[in-house]
Amino acid sequence: MATIDKPDAGAQTADSRKYNVIGTRPIRHDGTDKVTGRAKYGADVKLTGMLYAAMLRSPHAHARIKSIDTSKAEAVPGVRAVVTHADMPDPGSRVAELGEGAVNLRHLSSNVLARDKVLYKGHAIAAVAADNVHIAEEAANLIEVEYDLLPPVLDVREAMQDDAPILNDDVRTESLAGETGDKPTNTAMHFRYEKGDVAKGFADAHLVIEREFETATVHQGYIEPHNATALWNADGHITIWTSTQGSFTVRQQVSELLQIPVSKIKVVPMEIGGGFGGKISVYLQPVAALLSKKSGRPVKLIMDRASVFEATGPTPGSYIRVKIGVDSKGMISAAEAYLAYEAGAYPGSPVNPGCMCIFACYDIPNGRIDGFDVCVNKPRTNAYRAPGATNAAFAAETVIDEICESLKLDPVEFRLNNASKEGVRRIDGVEYPRVGMWETVDAIRQSEHWKSPLEGPHRGRGVASGFWFNCGLKSSASATVNGDGTVSLVEGSTDIGGSRASIAMQLAETLGIAAEEVNPTVGDTDSVGYTDVTGGSRVTFATGIAAYEAACDIKRQMVERAALIWDVDSQDVHYGDGTITGPGDKEFSFKELAAELHKSGGPIIGRGTSSAANQGGAFGTHCVDVDVDPETGKVEILRYTIAQDAGTAIHPSYVEGQMQGGVVQGIGWALNEEYFYDDSGVMNNASFLDYRIPTCYDVPMIDTIIVEVPDPEHPYGVRGVGEVPIVPPPAALANAIHNAVGVRMRQLPMSPPAVLHEILDKQSSGNGQSS
Amino acid sequence: MRDFEYAAPASLDEAIELFTGKNGSAKALAGGTDLIDHVRTGRLSPDLIVDIKKISELNILENSSSGFRLGAAVSCNRIYRDETIVSEYSALADSCRIIGGVQIQSRASVGGNLCNSGPAADTTPALIALEATCVIAGPNGTREVAVEDFCTAPGQNVLQSGEILVELKFPPRQENSGSHYRRFIPRYEMDIAVVGVGASVVLDSDRETIVSARIGLGAVAPTPLFAESAGDLLAGMPANDDSIAQAALEAQAAAKPIDDMRGTKEFRVHVTRVLTERVLKAAVARAKGESVEVAIGH
Repeated sequence: MATIDKPDAGAQTADSRKYNVIGTRPIRHDGTDKVTGRAKYGADVKLTGMLYAAMLRSPHAHARIKSIDTSKAEAVPGVRAVVTHADMPDPGSRVAELGEGAVNLRHLSSNVLARDKVLYKGHAIAAVAADNVHIAEEAANLIEVEYDLLPPVLDVREAMQDDAPILNDDVRTESLAGETGDKPTNTAMHFRYEKGDVAKGFADAHLVIEREFETATVHQGYIEPHNATALWNADGHITIWTSTQGSFTVRQQVSELLQIPVSKIKVVPMEIGGGFGGKISVYLQPVAALLSKKSGRPVKLIMDRASVFEATGPTPGSYIRVKIGVDSKGMISAAEAYLAYEAGAYPGSPVNPGCMCIFACYDIPNGRIDGFDVCVNKPRTNAYRAPGATNAAFAAETVIDEICESLKLDPVEFRLNNASKEGVRRIDGVEYPRVGMWETVDAIRQSEHWKSPLEGPHRGRGVASGFWFNCGLKSSASATVNGDGTVSLVEGSTDIGGSRASIAMQLAETLGIAAEEVNPTVGDTDSVGYTDVTGGSRVTFATGIAAYEAACDIKRQMVERAALIWDVDSQDVHYGDGTITGPGDKEFSFKELAAELHKSGGPIIGRGTSSAANQGGAFGTHCVDVDVDPETGKVEILRYTIAQDAGTAIHPSYVEGQMQGGVVQGIGWALNEEYFYDDSGVMNNASFLDYRIPTCYDVPMIDTIIVEVPDPEHPYGVRGVGEVPIVPPPAALANAIHNAVGVRMRQLPMSPPAVLHEILDKQSSGNGQSS
Repeated sequence: MRDFEYAAPASLDEAIELFTGKNGSAKALAGGTDLIDHVRTGRLSPDLIVDIKKISELNILENSSSGFRLGAAVSCNRIYRDETIVSEYSALADSCRIIGGVQIQSRASVGGNLCNSGPAADTTPALIALEATCVIAGPNGTREVAVEDFCTAPGQNVLQSGEILVELKFPPRQENSGSHYRRFIPRYEMDIAVVGVGASVVLDSDRETIVSARIGLGAVAPTPLFAESAGDLLAGMPANDDSIAQAALEAQAAAKPIDDMRGTKEFRVHVTRVLTERVLKAAVARAKGESVEVAIGH
């Protein structure tokens, strides 16, 4: 692996090992199925009598639907069912809490099947189930829709103008203070956070720099398209097989949208080929269920790649303005930010977390942040790995680099001096518990990379830091002791990043058995207790706690059982490191006692839940070297090092994998990825050919430094690691590009044409780039 | 995917008969790497697909004193595995090596690439540089068209109803000649050329003076371009950086690109010059017998 070669990647060494299982690198439990291709993903579901479905989608970015005529489609031989919005109940304008965020159900319903308007190209309008997918596609194209075309608005600042076309008649600007606007608008929310005396902070500053930034809409780029297979049984029970980040959130969304009790819906989570936040909202599941209801057969619905780009939830394009003032010693005296994020068709961009993250790495005495959630004629945005934070960090960390350049300050020293620490209050009001921002910067300072000089023309080095929350939410686990001394663990978190292994390892550590002696399964919604989504960097933390609690429950019961067998008081029986001991040298190994269970009172099942635990959050600091071709603007990444606080790394390989994966996605976002729209709102690059995620040739080996500042809220000190690594890369690369060729990139992507433009601009102006 | 009929004729006459009168509703399948994808996505919906791989004339790969003959259905990997092509017609091998991955290269053909007539086709600038001639057969017999005159607009070409591209003919390579093709792509793999340049140069026996040069440009106009004046300008000039810079400027003047999702007009115009310089330098180095290392994606 790419870890910088320290024994076992963290604070632990073989001698000083605190743990037996945690910090080791066992083979993942689902590994064999994954590498042999036997793991079953959503598209692998096959049921007897199954029909295949296809969707009709809007060719227009903004239009009113006058009529939908499905008669020609219904007449095609082999067609078994057709559905439109008329088959969806009107959920009313209600807001439902869906675990990680709330949603207006009428908006969600209209996004699943358009009601009276289409709001983006690719908006789903109708679906057909047929004997095969070719018939379904042909029939879907025979559905006649009459539109009244409306002008689209695609840019966030244009959409905020008074004369902009309005997407949703029911949207009014709401503020955190509880005020609501009096007329329809595209600006759904205005967030404002303030701390200290901003005017005084800037007045006292020795240097103030203010800059504007723009970032393009980007997609998570998961390899597996969305999918759903549904069976609406004759008894009214619905089963849905789907790859999702949260089987319980799918259950709840389908329940709310179809107005059916959750108890009548079972969601079976299939293996998931990437989600990154994009597989939380439902798109196909309610439609497949309705088609099954109408046809009486199981129905499978799979998106094609173009629809994944055009009609699922990318992360927003944004306009950001950042102003930072520092005193003569380089201490931040004030900071101000204005963030306008594109929500897409319906409200709900991650501008609020963007506001909370933008200055989160630093101790800032005076600050003000304004954020706006703005509808535009693009697909409704959704979570993408640290949603909202990457856009924000690109802006803030670039301004900080410029301040360091102006004052000739070392960017690493600047970050150490201004770093957020325990007790620092963020501008949005949160006071930090023990966090590891300073430690990640220090790890970069101490790294071989930072200490190695970079030589050669057109080469540059950049540094940037980032923050992301870790949320707690709710998780459940149960575990059964088998007669052979192994434990079968059922937990509710769909596994997108090796979490089966890291949860099983926490159970094994607690019980004092080996990781291989735990068989973890991700349960369906009828097999395990309620568990929130795999998101918010929460699973290893929160579901880990549930597994820890389940293990503690088993330990208690094992102690009681041993006391029963030995006929002693359970107070005198102790559990330590997989061994149960009693008075007079009585001893059972875990395996020995497991073998006795059936003869001594029956099975032992442990249960555990966790709820609303607060985490301190995770920080990371990145360092990158680039080589920029001054004649083409192409950026080659020579070296990349990431230092991140993982609290305690349960399975270091998967922590490193998350760090590397986040960096790769951040590199793609930084250098080439963008939704490229024409003026009519049609995305021109809805394929992996022209939507350029990095290939293996585009990224170097990414060196990882795991910093371990344990989170006091978790029994083993775990912090979430999945999201924060995507936050710093665009800023780190922008700073490296400036260091290499002297141009400041303030828009994403920093594609060759964009970088070359700045280089040519600088050459023609004959001096350094003006701001 | 819409249903279609499939035919795999064994002779040219049979194939021409199948195409004649179909008025565009029949499509030729060589490698099928573009065609099948377009049918699958609904961009094309032919009634008939004619597999032309079984026709012997379209599979010819022959180098002789009278030149080099390349059947229109010969796959890319047969081309870049042929040592003579690699050393003599290097630009063509360069272009075949960067189209897709191994699976695509074992099916995709240069003839198909040309007949798709995309402005960014990688092999076409190489064909222009190497002075290829298209041999076209049809119901009214056989005709020949210079490769730079083959494409007429994006996706369109001179083929008339019932006509098939049979082969590409290349004149024999001269002593002290060298050629190269290179494209600019934003990533290091899996991209369509934002600018593509193919160039061929012939040096005098002293290897210091350029006798003649041909330059083909891709992705900078509605069709691949023959930058004739840029090549002509080099005739008689010393084979040095100055001459090459002048020719590159001349080639840049020929570029008439658009802004699109792959690059801006500004970028394409600028990079036409940059890439022409780099490609000419490599072609000259090869003409001098030096080996040229080509890094992926540059």
